[in-house]
Amino acid sequence: MSIASDEFGGAPPKERPGPVYRLRVAGSGLGDRLFESLSAGMAFLVLLVLGGAALAMLWGGMLAFKTFGLSFIYSSNWDAVNLKFGAFVPIYGTIVTSAIAIAIAVPISLGISIFLTELAPRWLRGPIGTAIELLAAVPSIIYGMWGLFVFVPFVATYIEPWMNEHLGSLPVIGQFFTGPPIGIGMLTAGVILAIMIIPFITAVMRDVFTAVPDSLKESAHALGSTTWEVVRHVSLPYTRTAVVGAIFLGLGRALGETMAVTFVLGNAHDFSTSLLMPGNSIAAAIANEFTEADSPLYTSSLIALGFLLFVVTFIVLALAKLMLARIGRLDGAKA
Amino acid sequence: MLAKFGKSVAIAAGLSLALGAAAWAADITGAGSTFVYPVLSKWSADYSAKFGDRVNYQSIGSGGGIAQIKAATVDFGATDKPLTPADLNAAGLAQFPVVIGGIIPVVNIPGVQAGQIKFTGSILAQIYRGQIKTWNDPQIAAFNKGVHLPAMAITVVHRSDGSGTSFNWTHYLSQVNPAWKASVGEGTSVQWPTGVGGKGNEGVASYVHQIPGAIGYVEYAYVIQNHMTWGSVQNSTGRFVAPSVKGFQAAAATADWDHATDFFLVMTNAPGADAYPITATTFALMYKTPKNVARSNTALKFFKWTLEHGQADAAALDYVSLPPSLVAKIERYWAAEIKH
Repeated sequence: MSIASDEFGGAPPKERPGPVYRLRVAGSGLGDRLFESLSAGMAFLVLLVLGGAALAMLWGGMLAFKTFGLSFIYSSNWDAVNLKFGAFVPIYGTIVTSAIAIAIAVPISLGISIFLTELAPRWLRGPIGTAIELLAAVPSIIYGMWGLFVFVPFVATYIEPWMNEHLGSLPVIGQFFTGPPIGIGMLTAGVILAIMIIPFITAVMRDVFTAVPDSLKESAHALGSTTWEVVRHVSLPYTRTAVVGAIFLGLGRALGETMAVTFVLGNAHDFSTSLLMPGNSIAAAIANEFTEADSPLYTSSLIALGFLLFVVTFIVLALAKLMLARIGRLDGAKA
Repeated sequence: MLAKFGKSVAIAAGLSLALGAAAWAADITGAGSTFVYPVLSKWSADYSAKFGDRVNYQSIGSGGGIAQIKAATVDFGATDKPLTPADLNAAGLAQFPVVIGGIIPVVNIPGVQAGQIKFTGSILAQIYRGQIKTWNDPQIAAFNKGVHLPAMAITVVHRSDGSGTSFNWTHYLSQVNPAWKASVGEGTSVQWPTGVGGKGNEGVASYVHQIPGAIGYVEYAYVIQNHMTWGSVQNSTGRFVAPSVKGFQAAAATADWDHATDFFLVMTNAPGADAYPITATTFALMYKTPKNVARSNTALKFFKWTLEHGQADAAALDYVSLPPSLVAKIERYWAAEIKH
């Protein structure tokens, strides 16, 4: 087979992502064209599957959307006996638990990956890196059971009484930290989710930090930068897109996590602002209730919940892209 | 190369299809209630060891079981919530009870031992509506003289998943407390006015275990196996009955089956003096005129064996067999209603 990349022979490797060259070599063989259409087909298949899944959910949830209209989104009523459904509590719970998870997981993952790539002695990097990859492979139900049997009693005995006493009386934020100290609720679910997604975010961040060219870092060090300054002004800007991508990989997992959440969230459809009170999440509600949903409207409402999870995830990802583009523009303006 | 690979795939697919078909032909299939799954699989194992016919039961939930039998993809469905005779007629289905279980209130109150605390239906309903909030409430104390009940907040634990256990529990509360019936009602999942939801019996059991001041409801087997702190419940004759095999059988024997078309009867609050009030049955659903009479007969033979000889298996798993009087009624019902 003729190799098209001969054009690059001897050229130094690119240091920064530049314009993408589309290579068109005259007389490229059947194999090349087959490969191109095959890989394009696979890429479009992803779009097709995604679109198909979203449409199927929308179709299945149509009855619920038609019956309840917009109130399906803002009503916190979830009554299977009288067939009145509103998704506000699960939507709220999904967003709040994922936000807690990201708030905890991102700084910790950043710390671990900086330590692993910049600070740790070489012999330590392998074992810790492998341990993180192993953590990422632990099934979520294990996290759920550990959460229920080990973490929930700990939170109920030590953390929540402390929060009630010290944070519960504060103005404004006090309402988020009052409630019976039972250990089961949105805060616990958020922490469990954080523990679950830390390995994902860390593994990707470590890989992208490793990919920062040594010449860049060494130059910065040579100019007298501290390790922190190198990370802050060289590694992070260089890998910004990939780091945000890592965070959103974790966020996507947190939004859709089912088993671990359902064990520690309390699965209650009552709305409460307090993080110590039980709540519900979209994925947990579907997993809990689908088997015994015995009327078409009930089933349709659960499928509609699934569609809303799609929408929530899509909005969150779109916001992330917008944010990224904005940061890019600001940086461009500064330079 | 590609052609060869394709050929071997085709052969493999053909083989697995043929094997699959052979395996399916020997089995009768059922789907539904998760409550009945442990005892059905034990029965199925013993039955196939004796007679060769296997029962392939998928515990996908009562709602799923009803859907599957209505779509005629299984030989029988199993549900914890009986279908009405009108529903059954419309689908051409017959319905009969299979096994009995009890649903027991369990608590976690420091200092209170199993069997010490007594509940009335009305108290349980008020606790579950969030109206009685502490364990030293005078209404609870009135029935529990001599039991030290602390001034501790009550945390209500209910099922988070749709379940026949919740159906029977809420059906009982609806019968004994009009306010519950009006505001919450009965169903496999309801809008709980208060509390936290645990997934499955094990979820409720572990929440109750971990939260001081909690009250929950679980199936009898979980109470026995996990040594939980149970309470006795006042039955329709005013007696406080401890959960026991005898109490469940008394409920099944005294329930008014004679006037229940297609066994459409929920046994809660049964009239017998010894009857435990929150007793439940799982029902099997089968076609009255089955498409495949041979398979239907095999299923009936299996159920006949479980009703007449399955007591030991049931008892080993803390389920309760139907009393003989009810078994006789079911066998007469089969002869009259199901084509064989």
